Amino acid sequence: MTAVLLEGVSKVFNAGRADEVTALTAVDLTVERGEFVTLIGPSGCGKSTLLRLVGDLTQPSTGTVTVAGKPAATARADQEYGIAFQQAGLFEWRTVQRNVELPLELRGTSKRERRERAREMLDLVGLGDFAGHYPAQLSGGMQQRVAIARALAVHPPLLLMDEPFGALDEMTRERLQDELLRICASTGTSTIFVTHSIPEAVYLSDRVVVMSARPGRITEVVPIDLGPRTEATRQSPGFFTGITKVRRALRGEAVPAGATS
Amino acid sequence: MNRRGRLVLGALGAVVVGVLLWEGYKAVGDPDGTMLFGTRILPRTDDGAMPHVWTILSRFGDPELSGGDPIWLVVLQACLFTLRSVALGFVAGGLIGLLLAVLMQRLRIVERGLLPYVILSQTVPLIALAPVIAGWGGRLSIGAYPWQPWMSVTVIAMYLAFFPVAVGMLRGLQSPAPIAEELMRSYAAGWWQTLVKLRLPASTPYLFPALRLAAAAAVVGAVVGEISTGTRGGVGRLVIEYSREATTDPAKVFTAMIGAAALGLAVAALIGFSEFLLRRRRVRA
Repeated sequence: MTAVLLEGVSKVFNAGRADEVTALTAVDLTVERGEFVTLIGPSGCGKSTLLRLVGDLTQPSTGTVTVAGKPAATARADQEYGIAFQQAGLFEWRTVQRNVELPLELRGTSKRERRERAREMLDLVGLGDFAGHYPAQLSGGMQQRVAIARALAVHPPLLLMDEPFGALDEMTRERLQDELLRICASTGTSTIFVTHSIPEAVYLSDRVVVMSARPGRITEVVPIDLGPRTEATRQSPGFFTGITKVRRALRGEAVPAGATS
Repeated sequence: MNRRGRLVLGALGAVVVGVLLWEGYKAVGDPDGTMLFGTRILPRTDDGAMPHVWTILSRFGDPELSGGDPIWLVVLQACLFTLRSVALGFVAGGLIGLLLAVLMQRLRIVERGLLPYVILSQTVPLIALAPVIAGWGGRLSIGAYPWQPWMSVTVIAMYLAFFPVAVGMLRGLQSPAPIAEELMRSYAAGWWQTLVKLRLPASTPYLFPALRLAAAAAVVGAVVGEISTGTRGGVGRLVIEYSREATTDPAKVFTAMIGAAALGLAVAALIGFSEFLLRRRRVRA
């Protein structure tokens, strides 16, 4: 079963006005269950818009978006996905624990189950000891981990991430990348991940979707096959080959790669 | 020294400085007032215009009229009478302000249509408005109960109190970042859930400053309302009555003024205390 299916999707902002912008055009994309797909491209290529379309936070002008076999709007209502942004966006008046509980609360989950689930998620991101803290007492990296725990709290089959590590320092970033891969592997979550960083895209992904701007579209899909990520992966020849492939695709040079699937 | 200690010391210091200024000017100033080019720029310092601080304080202990209750009791009772109008006006005004803020946040068109009138409402001079409200009230009755004058005073207090809450809470309800609203949308949260889980808690930093302003406005509204409608029983009325005796008993009017000021302080302290309780609860939660 496919996790996400986009068919003939386009998005036009301010249609029919002088400031009309075509954000996306003719996008076809399939994300398989358990797959990690990264969207990369220059600013204004519509990668965030694409993510928001999948999350039904904005609606396509044409085409259909299917998430977990349902229309995107239904999938959102059923909380079929969790989402994390560049800013952690935690509610400062809630403790870490209660921030993670928020999506469960809105779902009407019982108090006991909420508490257990939030504990489990905080342990998963390594913040079990900080459940009673307030967001302001945590570092940026820790806040982002809480945001990921919150996104995972309802056990969604799909995780949408919009540059979640963009504001973090390099060391924190690499550690969180490893953590994210471990979590996705252990929970079987499919992921769509937006980033500006080529090494990040290559390290995390099964496939890197390369996009270009004006109008926003998919130009290339680069498959990455690095096997299980280890300490050595970041120094491996395969890693650098992947980086080169993605960089070439971003420059618009023809490379033999998998067709848009 | 801790923060609270410094605060108490500061407040006491301010009182001492105030008393020293009063008595100091009284001691060195010209009894006929300080004149500059034929204009009096500082008040007379004789006992009629500026009674000694201790004269005013001892006046609290003397009877209001010969053989009557001591004046501190009369002023206290008047303050309690006014407090009823202040409290009811504050609560009703706060609720109306909150309701207006929620409405304005919910519907952009309501904000555009209503906000100018909300602002306009505060530019109408209170002195002009008070008799009108009292006049309307005189023709009303709640069920079998006839309209009481203190109810007009309550309406005036409410009229002043709703404004800071409406404006402050509107800002507070609009304060969440777009990302937080988007997050609630991703959880398929409805308008009510977003209001309760996000907008209201996010607006507490705006709420308490607004409530403090509303409380002060309610006190001003009630006192001025009592004065301009001539409502008996309140501290506003005492100020008017006692000021008529200023030539024979100059310290008397100051007791009523101190009472009115103390009423304002007491209400402000009450708001401060409830804020303290709420914050403490949040930290413990």
